[in-house]
Amino acid sequence: MGVSGDRLTVRFRVWDVFSGAELGQGLQFAGATEGWRRMAHKVADQVYSRITGESGYFDSRVAFVSESGPKDARQKRLAIMDYDGANVQYLTDSSSIVLAPRFSPTGDRLLYTSYESGFPRISVLDLGRVERRVLESQEGTMSFAPRFAPDGRTVVFSLTQGGNTDLYRMDIASGATTRLTQAPSIETAPSYSPDGSQIVFESDRSGTQQLYIMPAGGGEARRISNGQGRYGTPVWSPRGDLIAFTKQNKGRFHIGVMRTDGSNERLLTASFLDEGPTWAPNGRVIMFTRETQGAGGRAQLYSVDISGRNLRPVRTPDGASDPAWSPLQN
Amino acid sequence: MTLLSKAALAGALLALAACSNTLTGDDAMTAGGPGSAGLGAGIAGSASDPTSPAYFQQSIGDRVLFEVDQSSLTPTAQATLQGQAEWLMANPDYTAIIEGHADEQGTREYNLALGARRANAAREYLISRGVAGSRLKTVSYGKERPIEVCSEESCYAKNRRAVTVLAAAAMS
Repeated sequence: MGVSGDRLTVRFRVWDVFSGAELGQGLQFAGATEGWRRMAHKVADQVYSRITGESGYFDSRVAFVSESGPKDARQKRLAIMDYDGANVQYLTDSSSIVLAPRFSPTGDRLLYTSYESGFPRISVLDLGRVERRVLESQEGTMSFAPRFAPDGRTVVFSLTQGGNTDLYRMDIASGATTRLTQAPSIETAPSYSPDGSQIVFESDRSGTQQLYIMPAGGGEARRISNGQGRYGTPVWSPRGDLIAFTKQNKGRFHIGVMRTDGSNERLLTASFLDEGPTWAPNGRVIMFTRETQGAGGRAQLYSVDISGRNLRPVRTPDGASDPAWSPLQN
Repeated sequence: MTLLSKAALAGALLALAACSNTLTGDDAMTAGGPGSAGLGAGIAGSASDPTSPAYFQQSIGDRVLFEVDQSSLTPTAQATLQGQAEWLMANPDYTAIIEGHADEQGTREYNLALGARRANAAREYLISRGVAGSRLKTVSYGKERPIEVCSEESCYAKNRRAVTVLAAAAMS
């Protein structure tokens, strides 16, 4: 490691002591000294991927909702930080409720829901230019639960009209909107498969919240959740093999994963209230919101490996909810 | 990839990493939006004047409550809404936003949709009793704005609500 003025240079090699051989070639990163954390995370990603053979997730960020104030007067602000809780930056003030940020596939934009107009509406925020645009919506409707398609140009979301909530998709540039579901039940929390061909979502069409998969253009949906209790907030893993979800059963909340056909359900956590999983870019770790009960109830972010091990809180300056993990930054 | 190009790429990415500006709402509202503070603040008029919003809130009742995960109106809720409808018919200078809410036992998106069902059930009932639909808007806060903070049924029961918040028609 060398510092010259405000320039920092890092060189490293990885040596396998058991095989007595070097893992890959030596590598060098250089940049401004203030970017030292970023460089350390890039080195960590290289080490992780050389040892495990999988891509890393350390050079990534997490968008979330920062929470302060008592439970009956909670203030919410959109924020972004390094995946480990460092370098928190606020993207909105707390003058109106904000919910559930979601990254674009390249990490350059965020979708989120805001009550700034008095009604929930979806905004898209360009992180590089720090510019925001409210997506078009019809008077008298609510729109929420947005998520980007893998093409980065299409958004799938929930739209509520006359008390009924269905799924729609919108071309961001033109505002052209297509209705994807048409049912008197609640359809929400949509998430695309990595290839963009399918959407997993939750619906109470059977009487309780359950998970369904349908073609990305709409059409017949098949139910994939079959265990006891209620299932919500499904998120397709970046590898395409698993669906992470929130499960509510017998007064407890769980974060779990299942295969895309609903088999091999595994619950990773249990508490008074766990919800809203988001995947690390390599599909090995999940971050979620855990809220404690009672008058002093507080929301905090946690991460857990998909093995169910290594459950740990992510430290943030205030309460925190609704995490969204970015893709790797390069 | 050569060392040089990797290093140049890293430098370029680091330069892009900062994003420190804070967006500020142009049209800042109070944190909860209209009416979300529940009882009290800013309700006009005297409760003894039957044409006042204070009378509507306190004597007729500005809210109806719901069973767990339900949006159907109980007989008590229907009686309250009947009173609301009569008041709104007699006081045409007011419009209303009906705010639907859920308790904390549920995921965020589902509770938003559930609150919308509740607000809509109240709106449909008022319309069925003669109130013009053009005077009634709805919004859902899901589980974002509880008025009671304990994690027990006694609090949950009060949080599962639809609140009719009046506004002077000329101002809306």
